[in-house]
Amino acid sequence: MSEAMLVADRLTRHFGGLTANLEVCITLARGELHALLGPNGAGKSTCINMLSGDLPPSAGRILLEGQDVTGLDSAARSHRGIGRSYQRTNIFPQFTVLENCRLAAQSRRPRPWRIFTDAMKTSDTVERARAAIVEAGLGGREQRKAGLLSHGEQRQLEIAMVLATDARVLLLDEPLAGMGSEESGQMVELLRKLKQNRAILLVEHDMDAVFAVADTITVMVEGSVLESGPPEQIRNSEDVQAAYLGEEEHG
Amino acid sequence: MNSAVVTLFKLAVLAGLVLFPAIGSSFYVELVAKILIMAIFAMSLALLVGFTGLVSLGHAAYFGIAAYTVALVAPEYEAANLWFVLTASVLAAGAAAFFIGLFVLRTKGIYFIMVTLAFAQMAYYIFHDTALGRSSDGIYLNVKPDASLFGWAPFSLDEPLHLYYFILAAMVAVFVLLAYVLRSPFGRVLAGIHSNEHRMKSLGYSTFRYKLAAFTLAGALAGVAGFLYAVLFGFVTPEYLSWHQSGNVLMMVILGGLGSLAGAVAGAFAFIGLQEMFSDWTKHWQLLMGLVIVAAVLFMPTGLAGLPRRIFRTVNWGEDDE
Amino acid sequence: MDITSFLIQILNALQYGLLLFLVASGLTLVFGIMGIINLAHGSFYMIGAYLAFALTSLTGNLMLAIVLGIPLAFGFGALLEKLLFVHLYKRDHLQQVLLTYGLILIFEELRSLTVGDDVHGVAIPDLFSASIALSDNLSYPVYRLVISVVCIALAAGLWWLMQRTRLGMMIRAGSFNREMVQSLGVNIDMLYRTVFALGVALAALAGMLAAPISSVYPGMGGSVLIISFVIVVIGGIGSVWGALVAALLVGFADTFGKVLMPELAGLTVYLLMAVVLLWRPEGIFRKG
Repeated sequence: MSEAMLVADRLTRHFGGLTANLEVCITLARGELHALLGPNGAGKSTCINMLSGDLPPSAGRILLEGQDVTGLDSAARSHRGIGRSYQRTNIFPQFTVLENCRLAAQSRRPRPWRIFTDAMKTSDTVERARAAIVEAGLGGREQRKAGLLSHGEQRQLEIAMVLATDARVLLLDEPLAGMGSEESGQMVELLRKLKQNRAILLVEHDMDAVFAVADTITVMVEGSVLESGPPEQIRNSEDVQAAYLGEEEHG
Repeated sequence: MNSAVVTLFKLAVLAGLVLFPAIGSSFYVELVAKILIMAIFAMSLALLVGFTGLVSLGHAAYFGIAAYTVALVAPEYEAANLWFVLTASVLAAGAAAFFIGLFVLRTKGIYFIMVTLAFAQMAYYIFHDTALGRSSDGIYLNVKPDASLFGWAPFSLDEPLHLYYFILAAMVAVFVLLAYVLRSPFGRVLAGIHSNEHRMKSLGYSTFRYKLAAFTLAGALAGVAGFLYAVLFGFVTPEYLSWHQSGNVLMMVILGGLGSLAGAVAGAFAFIGLQEMFSDWTKHWQLLMGLVIVAAVLFMPTGLAGLPRRIFRTVNWGEDDE
Repeated sequence: MDITSFLIQILNALQYGLLLFLVASGLTLVFGIMGIINLAHGSFYMIGAYLAFALTSLTGNLMLAIVLGIPLAFGFGALLEKLLFVHLYKRDHLQQVLLTYGLILIFEELRSLTVGDDVHGVAIPDLFSASIALSDNLSYPVYRLVISVVCIALAAGLWWLMQRTRLGMMIRAGSFNREMVQSLGVNIDMLYRTVFALGVALAALAGMLAAPISSVYPGMGGSVLIISFVIVVIGGIGSVWGALVAALLVGFADTFGKVLMPELAGLTVYLLMAVVLLWRPEGIFRKG
């Protein structure tokens, strides 16, 4: 396996008396797509929220390239190279596609404070935004209002925004949710391309897609990791089938 | 509406304001000067309410603190230097906004509205009750500040016309400044915070700092308005910091329609125009004002600035949906 | 400060805090359940005080005035909700601020048109006009004790209402999950109207009770409104018990602030709020 980028070390989260995550361990490596599976309520969202800094863990550590980032908020983690997309589309609907990504890219400028320059004329930022838009497959739609994009395009925009921040670790929360088969095919292609020089955590319900792109799969049940390994191992695991896959097929 | 028409319209309004003293009586010149000051005040609040999504109900605090700074810094019977007192009062207002911002920006939504109001009331009591405000009745500024700069006096604020043009220039300067700020990278961050603060955080923005910067800038610009108001009327009172003052300027911003500087200016004209008209009719003019406000909420949710657009759209058979 | 005047200040602080609780409890419920910021809530306190003045002039007795005034205030609240506030539930906070600010102007001018701008006194009912001697030269008015007792009884009643009745159960459920309440087949419009009217009646009652000690004057609603905001901020939106604790804290901070630091008289309450904001920006008793 190649170098570990992001390590979740025994992450635990309680909500009142409820334990949403119990000692979850996940390792994301560069060049690898790691999928997180599990039935609803298994704790996948809690886990990704802790990794992105949206939710502080009750216990456990998060290491980014060997450095402890557990105490950092989402903004600080973003600057260290962790980017995330959201399950429910979370964009700036009134802005154009370009402006959505330009804002993302602008957060990487050494001095985003300047108040007397025209934002649209800061060329390095605009260029980075345009490159991210093209990479995410939205080329040609730069001037469209984000709120008027199709659902699938909005999911792509989510990813374009993360790319515009130059994230090296991508946390993608159900990027295929609500997509038609053609759109998801394109998204799977995109994911394949993106993982080449990044580490990706993918939370997804679409089994076909997951088994098509994932290098490693972790299955969570009731807040804990049930099994983790390459797709073949997961596909053949009796535990997983009993707890999860079987349920899918029969239900 | 196309942007050339809008620019032309703004220039025409500016030309009207420049030429106004040639036709208006001194009473109306002073009234328009007052409106221009309120327009500065309203624009400063629009930066928060309209562009950042921070509904402050305590903005009069910074207006009043700047006004009091003039009164407290200036010598009693001789002219203070204009540039010195202007700087001092704007800095005082900005510093107060920075300090209060550290507290109030920890809250959101309804809390933010209540807490900004409460801090402004605290500032009100400081000038109303403690020795700092000298007397709860207020303080007279006996002499207008002297505009000389290294011995050269470009104009004299004792001249009502000079004062009018000074205020007009300040209004235009604040308008232009804010227009630049809003299209700058900083302004775009504020717009992003207004649209979706959570996403801004996950994109790597420490939104608190940006909001604090906006709050401080808005406070300092409200200070420009408070300073000019004190100079124009030669008098400061704790009422400048009262919550009615905060409420009134918020009304101007909302009535003008959110999200445009010109709207804030229009709101100031409309609000003070109505106030003058109603108070000519009756001592109980606030009743009419209250009815107008209630009716505006019930029947005109997009504000005055939305009005021409709505009429335009109706004429276009609803085809224009931008 | 000797022990007797200390005791008097404690009683004053309790009485002031409890009275503020009556105003703030309605405010916090309307915030918490309907999500409405109501700047006109202080006006209900003012209206209550003027009702007490007007009805006492008519009937000659404050107690009778209060008995008549409470249903009037409740009905007024229900009407106001039906005519105006019902339009605000789906509007943003800004429009709520705008409309309720307009209402303040209207209420103040109607007050000025009907009763005028003079300060009026309201007589304490004969039954409670005595004072209890605490030492040779210090005594405590019975009426203030009566206010405290009435407020404590109402707080207990409110507790009973919230914890033990179906209405209270719905209110507690409503402040968490609107859909759930609707799915139980509860008439949510009626629930909102009742809660709003209850808040109006409580604020007006506070005004009526306070009328004899503070007298009745223009602008009395504004300062109570802002103090009530401070209480809601300290206690946490939607929490009645937070409002009770916060109101008492504010009562003590204000009363002892005036005694110990007369220079900073009006400020202590706001300093208290600032400290709470640093410590817990969502209020002491904010749920979730």
